[in-house]
Amino acid sequence: MSKIIHLWKSYWRILTRPSVHYSLGFLTIGGFLMGIVFWGGFNTAMEYTNTEEFCVGCHEMRENVFAELKTTIHYSNRSGVRAVCSDCHVPHDWTNKMARKMAASKEVWGKLFGTINTKEKFEAKRRELAEHEWARLKANDSLECRNCHNFDSMDFTRQSERASDQHSSALANGDKTCIDCHKGIAHKLPDMAGIH
Amino acid sequence: MKKLITALFTPFAFGTAILLAAAIAVAEPKISTLRGSANLDAEEQAPRMGKIENHDQKRQRAYPQQPPTIPHDITGYQVDKNFNKCLDCHARTKADESQAPMVSITHFMNSEGQFLADVTPARYFCNQCHVPQMDVKPMVENQFVDMDNLINTDK
Ligand code: HEC
Ligand code: HEC
Ligand code: HEC
Repeated sequence: MSKIIHLWKSYWRILTRPSVHYSLGFLTIGGFLMGIVFWGGFNTAMEYTNTEEFCVGCHEMRENVFAELKTTIHYSNRSGVRAVCSDCHVPHDWTNKMARKMAASKEVWGKLFGTINTKEKFEAKRRELAEHEWARLKANDSLECRNCHNFDSMDFTRQSERASDQHSSALANGDKTCIDCHKGIAHKLPDMAGIH
Repeated sequence: MKKLITALFTPFAFGTAILLAAAIAVAEPKISTLRGSANLDAEEQAPRMGKIENHDQKRQRAYPQQPPTIPHDITGYQVDKNFNKCLDCHARTKADESQAPMVSITHFMNSEGQFLADVTPARYFCNQCHVPQMDVKPMVENQFVDMDNLINTDK
């Protein structure tokens, strides 16, 4: 027992006055290296949750939204550039990304406790889930769309007349943002009662 | 006995030969079916898809009651119980913003002749009558004659 107390005391000394026993350089570099390991591990784990493999790992996503995405232009098109879930659903900057991840844990919670584990339950909840995404994209001026679709690089003369009419007016003057006009570009829309 | 057998068998053999020849003739496809000339266990290469006209210009109608064809691409437009993408621009309440023609007022009348506040369910699935057009060579010659031309040639 006294041995343990002794050991503890010496550790405590090291912890409280570390520079007596280890050089400052060792501590700095050691701390730095450990930092890299933990930070890297954390970020790698975070990165993994950004992959499509992770997103469609559960059947709720695979059989509903992913199956629908596959039929759209964001999955297959003539140029072969495609969007994965995180391109549209996860912000790029760190704070917003973490905030979105926290919100997404709610969806994982939903998975664990089966709030959307059948097609019917998912459809019933769908309008609410969609409203959250619309509100988010409306608030950030469709940032995730603009990460790929740069307004300044849009050549109106190459767009259809309907597209260039709307883009050069309501979009250009900031009245509307992408998601106001382009709902349902990646998945089937839920019951839109009340929208028109 | 032998003679009898030969007498009986000869016409039979002839008949079989004729049938066989006919069968071979039939097996040789003269008309191309939808499947094309590929063997039953093979698949023809699908023809290239045509380009959908997307010029947003109204087309002439072939007769007054003809449902107008769609002058633009509608690929991926959702029209089901949840949502109708066409009405997103062509609804009465959307036409001012989109500058698209409003759905015809006839579409608000139900089967009892009653005018409703919105498009009647019987008219909800737009593509039953309205379709986009492709820039392709017609598969068969079209012998349709415009009513005006018909009247003029009769005179
Ligand atoms: C990862 C990049 C990426 C992101 C993020 C993205 N898109 Fe796209 N988008 C594309 C590509 C690539 C195409 C297809 C271009 C082509 O081949 O014509 C496309 C096509 C489109 C089209 C044309 C559809 C058609 O039928 O012609 C629309 C509309 C569109 N995107 C809207 C959006 C909106 C709204 C968002 C945000 C919710 C978004 N995109 C996010 C890459 C992206
Ligand atoms: C005021 C409504 C409106 C806004 C806002 C808007 N669009 Fe569009 N967009 C349209 C319409 C209408 C079309 C043509 C019809 C269609 O494809 O649905 C179109 C077509 C497109 C196309 C296909 C181009 C083509 O030639 O058909 C792309 C890509 C696109 N939009 C991207 C975007 C992006 C990215 C944003 C945000 C930066 C945006 N749009 C904002 C109305 C809008
Ligand atoms: C091109 C952008 C884009 C991509 C890629 C995309 N989404 Fe979405 N997603 C949206 C938008 C926009 C909404 C809001 C509803 C709508 O407009 O359809 C949405 C809504 C959702 C919803 C809420 C329920 C619903 O259908 O409205 C879920 C869940 C979802 N997405 C999951 C996914 C998953 C999983 C993937 C990858 C397989 C994915 N999304 C890929 C843009 C995208």
